[in-house]
Amino acid sequence: MHDPVDVLIIGAGASGAAVAYSLAETKMHILCLEQGGWMKPSEYPSTGRDWEAKFYGEWSTSPNVRGRPEDYPINDDNSPIKVVNFNGVGGSTVMYTAHWPRLHPSDFKVKTLDGVADDWPIDYDALTPFFEENDRMMGTSGLSGDPLSPLSHPPMPPQPLGLSGPLIGKAMNKLGWHWWPSDTTVATLDYEGRARCINLGHCTPACAQGAKASTDITYWPHAIRAGVELRTQCRVREITTNEHGMASGVVYYDEDGVEQFQPAEVVIIACNGVGTPRLLLNSASGKFPNGLANSSGLVGKNLMFHPYAQIYGFVKEPTDSNRAPPTCLWSKEFYDTDLSRGFVRGYGIQFVRGAGPVFEAVVGEQKGILPWGKDHHRVFRRLNGHRLGVSAICEDLPEEHNRVTLDPVLKDSHGIPAPRIDYTISANSRKMMEHGLARGRQILDMLGATDICINSPIPWGGWHLLGTARMGTDPSRSVVNEWGRSHDVKNLFIVDGSVFVTSGGVNPTSTIQAIALYVADQMKQRLANLFD
Amino acid sequence: MIAEKPLTAAQRDDLRIISGMMIPESDEYAVPGADDAVIQGDIVATLGRDTRMVAAALDHLAKLAGKPLAELDEAWREAVVTEFRASGGVPAATLARVILQCYYRDDRVLRSLGLELRAPFPKGHVLPEGDWSLLDPVKARGGSLRRAP
Ligand SMILES: Cc1cc2nc3c(=O)[nH]c(=O)nc-3n(C[C@H](O)[C@H](O)[C@H](O)COP(=O)(O)OP(=O)(O)OC[C@H]3O[C@@H](n4cnc5c(N)ncnc54)[C@H](O)[C@@H]3O)c2cc1C
Ligand code: SF4
Repeated sequence: MHDPVDVLIIGAGASGAAVAYSLAETKMHILCLEQGGWMKPSEYPSTGRDWEAKFYGEWSTSPNVRGRPEDYPINDDNSPIKVVNFNGVGGSTVMYTAHWPRLHPSDFKVKTLDGVADDWPIDYDALTPFFEENDRMMGTSGLSGDPLSPLSHPPMPPQPLGLSGPLIGKAMNKLGWHWWPSDTTVATLDYEGRARCINLGHCTPACAQGAKASTDITYWPHAIRAGVELRTQCRVREITTNEHGMASGVVYYDEDGVEQFQPAEVVIIACNGVGTPRLLLNSASGKFPNGLANSSGLVGKNLMFHPYAQIYGFVKEPTDSNRAPPTCLWSKEFYDTDLSRGFVRGYGIQFVRGAGPVFEAVVGEQKGILPWGKDHHRVFRRLNGHRLGVSAICEDLPEEHNRVTLDPVLKDSHGIPAPRIDYTISANSRKMMEHGLARGRQILDMLGATDICINSPIPWGGWHLLGTARMGTDPSRSVVNEWGRSHDVKNLFIVDGSVFVTSGGVNPTSTIQAIALYVADQMKQRLANLFD
Repeated sequence: MIAEKPLTAAQRDDLRIISGMMIPESDEYAVPGADDAVIQGDIVATLGRDTRMVAAALDHLAKLAGKPLAELDEAWREAVVTEFRASGGVPAATLARVILQCYYRDDRVLRSLGLELRAPFPKGHVLPEGDWSLLDPVKARGGSLRRAP
């Protein structure tokens, strides 16, 4: 048995890193257990000539394809959207695309504004200082002053528009629609020990240059210098509780596969919207037969993915293809509810700058636009380096039947039950996706694009994992309270995307980390009576 | 990890033929076909975790053809491959992908496409800044965020 720690964090990804860093100043004994290891950027795909092929194997975004020892399998057969993630120090930020919008203030009040789902128990203003702190820590680039986005102050200038940006901008101007350079966590200047982006074009799956902010190179070095202990290759099986119904620690498997018990005064879960409910459900006990912190029955329910409706085509002009970070522009033209469109809520648009030659060939062949035989070469030259795409990030509303449960059969390499996903796209989301595709088509028509292809939903697009341990003030309708503490277990906190009440229509990680910093701040303010 | 069983000589022969049908040599673009010996060598040497799927695809192909692809006349071969592409499922898609991923990293092919023969890192690429005045109409139009109560 190990010596008890004051705070035990499970998961070293986006939110685990942020909460560890913020709590470090308390000088408590803080330990983080992470099932994966430290990354080695010298082994990242973009360092080799076979960089694109790696994407289909050990650098796949899908844990089921990747199948590394630290990955756990996910049964997502019953979902049109498959879960993608990364397990290691940095978590899914190792793989993410670094697109960095924030939820809008109105996203926190959807019940009041639109009569659907629920309002959050916190509002945007509560998070504002933490958005700002997080942007400094992650190191963002962008252009302040977007009239249709919450005000941000990126410390670095935006990425160049490149070849693709002006084409998209001109088309959007002709349509009279909003567009703006995206905030991203791609460093456009040398920043706090990180080298600037040199346009390797391979942010997903990982940045060998260290220009993209993954938390292994942003928060973690600071947190470790401040005294946080990070134990890698340690997979937590369950959270244990004592006779008072408080969390007493965790059982985990160390790097040699040996079962260990780690006692703790406080447990914080940061395993993401799938890993967190999985862990809570795996922590069922006599006192908590339906899983830990689950008196509401909502652990694992209300899973929200953001179905992506993507449409792309090929223009005459050369585009950036793989010679730039894939995302650089967004649009909020269709973000807010307009019931005349036939659905409630809305979507953000993320523009796609292009793709590399292997990806273009593989996808083109699959879509039937790249022929076999003698025409292959001529068509490939028309497609390669000419792609532009439009993705509508559709707000998924919470629905209890969309859920994470434990698979009765599937287990990870330690024999721990794996998660199972049951998810359907709602009628409202479908209408939103159709709308997004139609608007995307207008944009592509304006660009003169041909060979139009659609991915709706993007099947391997389950990158935003939200809602499965939602926050709220009513213990019968939520899993954690308005500052991230479990209603049922007073020394158990959740800080990842599971706590989202609704999903907004933008990529969530900026908001996930702001919430993690906010929860840490609430904990610091209440240290004397944290368990009251 | 369990060692993958290498492809048999017959499977390799069919692989070569189908690769050439997918991407034939072109004088016009000065590129080899995907049946080129170097590209075939690359495919076979780097199959790795795809070996089993590719072998399954080639077995399916062999079943449809009834004999080595090389022994079929052109029309029959085309018909077999059309059927293979329609009915081959994930294994057929994997086979297509491994051919393409090796073809589009071959020096001669990249040169013909005007691409550099190197890994992206460490040199990277240079992006033009682009015309930022394109944003002026967006700024002029302005707008405001939906109010939250
Ligand atoms: C391909 C891809 C592209 C993306 N692009 C974007 C984007 O452009 N913008 C954006 O905002 N978001 C993007 N995302 C999503 C973003 O990465 C996630 O929202 C974010 O990382 C979630 O943070 P988290 O802390 O909730 O979980 P994660 O970052 O996933 O971290 C969870 C950590 O917990 C660990 N863990 C889980 N279970 C256990 C256990 N039992 N024991 C020990 N450790 C455990 C995992 O190994 C992992 O390291 C993308 C994701 C992917 C995969
Ligand atoms: S484009 Fe920039 S941020 Fe993305 S991988 Fe390359 S160097 Fe890193």
